[in-house]
Amino acid sequence: MKRELPLAITAAIGVFMILSFFVPHQAVSVPADFLQASAIIVVAFGYVLGGANVLRVNFDGIYKRQPDWPYKILLLAGLIVTFAIGAIDGVEQHGGFLDQGTRSKWIYDNLYSPMSATMFSLLAFFIASAAFRAFRIRTVEAGLLALAALLVMLGRVPVGDLATHWLPAPARLGAIQDWIMNVPQNAAKRAILIGAALGVMATGLRVILGIERSYLSGEE
Amino acid sequence: MPKPRWSQRSRNACLGSLCFLAAIVPGPLTAQTAPAPAGNHPQPPAPASGLEAHDAPNDAGRAVDLKWSLSPEDRPGAKRVVHYYVERATKPSGPWAVVDSVPAGTSTKSDQTVRRDTEYLYRITAVGPGGMTPGGMFGFVHASSQWVNTTRASVLVFSAMFFAFVLYFIRSAEKGKKPFVRRIAGIDAIEEAIGRATEMGRSVLYIPGILDIDDIQTVAGLVILESVARLTAKYQTPITVPVTYPIPFTIAEEMVKGGYLHAGRPEQYDPNSVRFVSPEQFAYVAAVTGIMLRDRPAAHIFMGSFYAESLLLAETGFATGAIQVAGTANVHQLPFFVVACDYTLIGEELYAASAYLSGEPKLVGSLKGADLMKIAIVTTVVVGCLLESLGIHALTLWMTTQ
Repeated sequence: MKRELPLAITAAIGVFMILSFFVPHQAVSVPADFLQASAIIVVAFGYVLGGANVLRVNFDGIYKRQPDWPYKILLLAGLIVTFAIGAIDGVEQHGGFLDQGTRSKWIYDNLYSPMSATMFSLLAFFIASAAFRAFRIRTVEAGLLALAALLVMLGRVPVGDLATHWLPAPARLGAIQDWIMNVPQNAAKRAILIGAALGVMATGLRVILGIERSYLSGEE
Repeated sequence: MPKPRWSQRSRNACLGSLCFLAAIVPGPLTAQTAPAPAGNHPQPPAPASGLEAHDAPNDAGRAVDLKWSLSPEDRPGAKRVVHYYVERATKPSGPWAVVDSVPAGTSTKSDQTVRRDTEYLYRITAVGPGGMTPGGMFGFVHASSQWVNTTRASVLVFSAMFFAFVLYFIRSAEKGKKPFVRRIAGIDAIEEAIGRATEMGRSVLYIPGILDIDDIQTVAGLVILESVARLTAKYQTPITVPVTYPIPFTIAEEMVKGGYLHAGRPEQYDPNSVRFVSPEQFAYVAAVTGIMLRDRPAAHIFMGSFYAESLLLAETGFATGAIQVAGTANVHQLPFFVVACDYTLIGEELYAASAYLSGEPKLVGSLKGADLMKIAIVTTVVVGCLLESLGIHALTLWMTTQ
């Protein structure tokens, strides 16, 4: 029963949500919208469990004096202070804790945003190192990849067209990169997307039919 | 003493003129078809005409579609009409409420603020520098629900076909006919990676994507996690699973717990192995790269939906020398994983992984159904291309959905 009931609920709601895609009538669409909106309540409970996990894992690390335990103190202090300030601002601003002039907004603008931007900006260096490895020509396939990449990169900057403006229009770098992007690249991308879409449907069907049930607890 | 610029008398005269003007100029929503005062004042534009309003088809009674003919003075460059007000009332005598406005040159609008089964009248008012002119009203019209979205018939047919194929192969698998599935190197590499981590006495890092449970890739990633946890339990290798959202976090806990249980080693399950980190993308990246650099796991497994963080994670992992296996259906992130990881599951292979790892005939049967459906789709694409080339658009129109 512990497994059958969740499986039955999953199957019933899964079939109902598929039905709502084809039946727009309010008898189906209104309950379907309600079910989707209800997910917020479940998520809210989930955040409590997530917060408890963060506290437990980090307090445990501090208690056991793990090698990086001072950072855990910083993390917990950040979590508690941000939460407390957000709660106070939320009460004062009637929920608008990220309104202009609030302390939460200051934290967001002066701490969170710069740190996020810093992490994101590292991507430029990682792309350079990954591209260096990707374009090393060791096989025929790697050579083709590097050639295609070179044509696309040159075709996308003005100098590419400038260097080949004396050629007939279809032979210019801009036209070649358009063809690479629109024909072979697009065909491969669509093939992957069609396969992935079928995989999505197959996974959904397995869950709805109860064949895929590992997402439930392991206890029988 | 400064001299006043206006005398009291002239000020009163001006105020009187303004009051007179206010009395003769009608309100904003009244007709202004009367001749304008002489002089250089622009005239109100000619009205829009031919208004038609119909219940929007194939919906839950949430919209009315409107269509009208432009004002004859609504011409490019004429600047006689600036925009049109779409107005609505429940009685011919009003009051008329402005539902929305559309720029000059627009002759259609869908009113999506209606109440289902309520009768409405509509009119279109042309607005220009010289004032506004309402057109004739149309009504009554009401929005009603339809039982079937007819534009999705093609989706229904293909979905039914797909489900039939999958159910057929599952049924034949139940009867003992195990379908053949080709080897998928990326999935085979998962066990190899865990074995390597065991030999090195280090942990395994598993990342189930960065999206919430409403993304099916996250579901696929979590389903694979159960098999991976089973292997780590079998080899007695620690596993770390940092998760972004709370619902996947609770499911990931169940998956890892279940994996240890199925491996017959429930006592080895570490409650701290699954960690809720943060739904914020780069906060998550900072935490996970920190784990990679401090704990030095010997195997990194990325399975799920990834965005800009894919290369940040995979390159950091590459720098640590860990064996890396990735799988995602996010096409734009695949090149990054291909470059930085040892093995990559591409698109559908991610969804096939759980069936492949479990080896359960019923799950593998569903893969065969998907393969058959791919043949049906390719056939339809080829037939569609031929028909379009011959000028027959019936199939294309039937496949167009709303």
